[in-house]
Amino acid sequence: MAKRAIIGNGPHVAIDPTVQMAQNEATSELLRELVAHLRQNRTQLREEWVQRISETRLLTAMTKEEIFAEATSVYDSYVEALETETFEALQAYAQNLSERIIPRGVETHEVVGIVLLLRDVLARSLFAKYQADFRKLNRILDAYEPAANRIANTVAVGFVQERERTIRQQQEAIRELSTPVLQVRERLLILPIIGVIDPQRARQLTEQLLRGIRTNRAKVVVIDITGVAAMDVTVANHLVQTVEASRLLGATVIVTGLSPEIAQTLVTIGVDLGKMNTVGDLQGGIEQAERLLGYKVVPLSDPRQ
Amino acid sequence: MEVPVLKQGKFLIATIQAALSDADLENLRRGLVQQVVRFRSLGVIVDVTSMDVMDSFASRTLREIAHMIRLRGAETVIVGIQPEVAFAMVQLGLTLEDVATALDLEEGLAYLNTKFKSLD
Repeated sequence: MAKRAIIGNGPHVAIDPTVQMAQNEATSELLRELVAHLRQNRTQLREEWVQRISETRLLTAMTKEEIFAEATSVYDSYVEALETETFEALQAYAQNLSERIIPRGVETHEVVGIVLLLRDVLARSLFAKYQADFRKLNRILDAYEPAANRIANTVAVGFVQERERTIRQQQEAIRELSTPVLQVRERLLILPIIGVIDPQRARQLTEQLLRGIRTNRAKVVVIDITGVAAMDVTVANHLVQTVEASRLLGATVIVTGLSPEIAQTLVTIGVDLGKMNTVGDLQGGIEQAERLLGYKVVPLSDPRQ
Repeated sequence: MEVPVLKQGKFLIATIQAALSDADLENLRRGLVQQVVRFRSLGVIVDVTSMDVMDSFASRTLREIAHMIRLRGAETVIVGIQPEVAFAMVQLGLTLEDVATALDLEEGLAYLNTKFKSLD
């Protein structure tokens, strides 16, 4: 059944089963012949393929030796997939390969490109071998093309899936890292924000901050946005709302490290400066927070002594 | 549902225990504004810890209570606003301007005690 699903389906699905079985037999026979041919000319075809890869400037992130080593294993997996007509091993190999080459910056078009090149190289060798017998060539290609396309598909999908998995993992990691709410003194929290704030992150920040105020019984919060170069109007509004919501919980918010661009944005949206308590840098913010809480920092002794 | 108002020294404490109808809120306003002068209180604490929704009417009434009590010579603190409620209020533009807020009852009492320490 599996064989028929891969190779025999086409326009002639509704054919008499016995005829179809005979056809499947014939297809398998042809594939066997094909595989034998590819095994025989392994060295030459592989060379040709590697040559084509470097000519088209694919996989520039990898050295020649690496390309050759990978090409050998891809070639063997490719022939094996043609022979067994099962794609699990190839799929596993594609995933493994993707894991290794994605961190090196290999792009999707390169991976798809090399698999398509291999398909072309092999097809050319078939043309060369069967050029005298056009009918045979046609039948060989009938057997070869669906399997080859399926292989290209499997490798490309495997690569993209691996890539998406990596991206998802990284996004998750960024989300977890992005919003620490830290207690620096009794009843004083700081919330350092670094990087771009999108609406989703802004919402998460607010949630964590308001919850942090409750659990730590904070009276003063310093939000440091030195690491935020700019923010759009929506996020700026959100920041102002967070400051007001914190006040409703009885906490004073001090915002520090506003960049000129953010200051411009806040002025443009017409923020009420009476509600917004801002200090130039984080140090100044913490000092003001300590004053509000009644702390005073004094040196234990004169450091010059 | 009536809101109990407790007298605690120089302060009044009103604890809202369930969702209030508009009429209940108006009763609370009338009661507090009368009692603050009758008991010669210096401050009033309204505890909203158990309110998990705050509509615009409730928010406006709380603000009115605070302003009326100020005109009657005392100070009001709203305590115990839940984080989710706080953000929802701000998004609706209900920010209780010029009204003191605190995390919970303890903080509210601490705020009033500091404020009126000089009178002791």
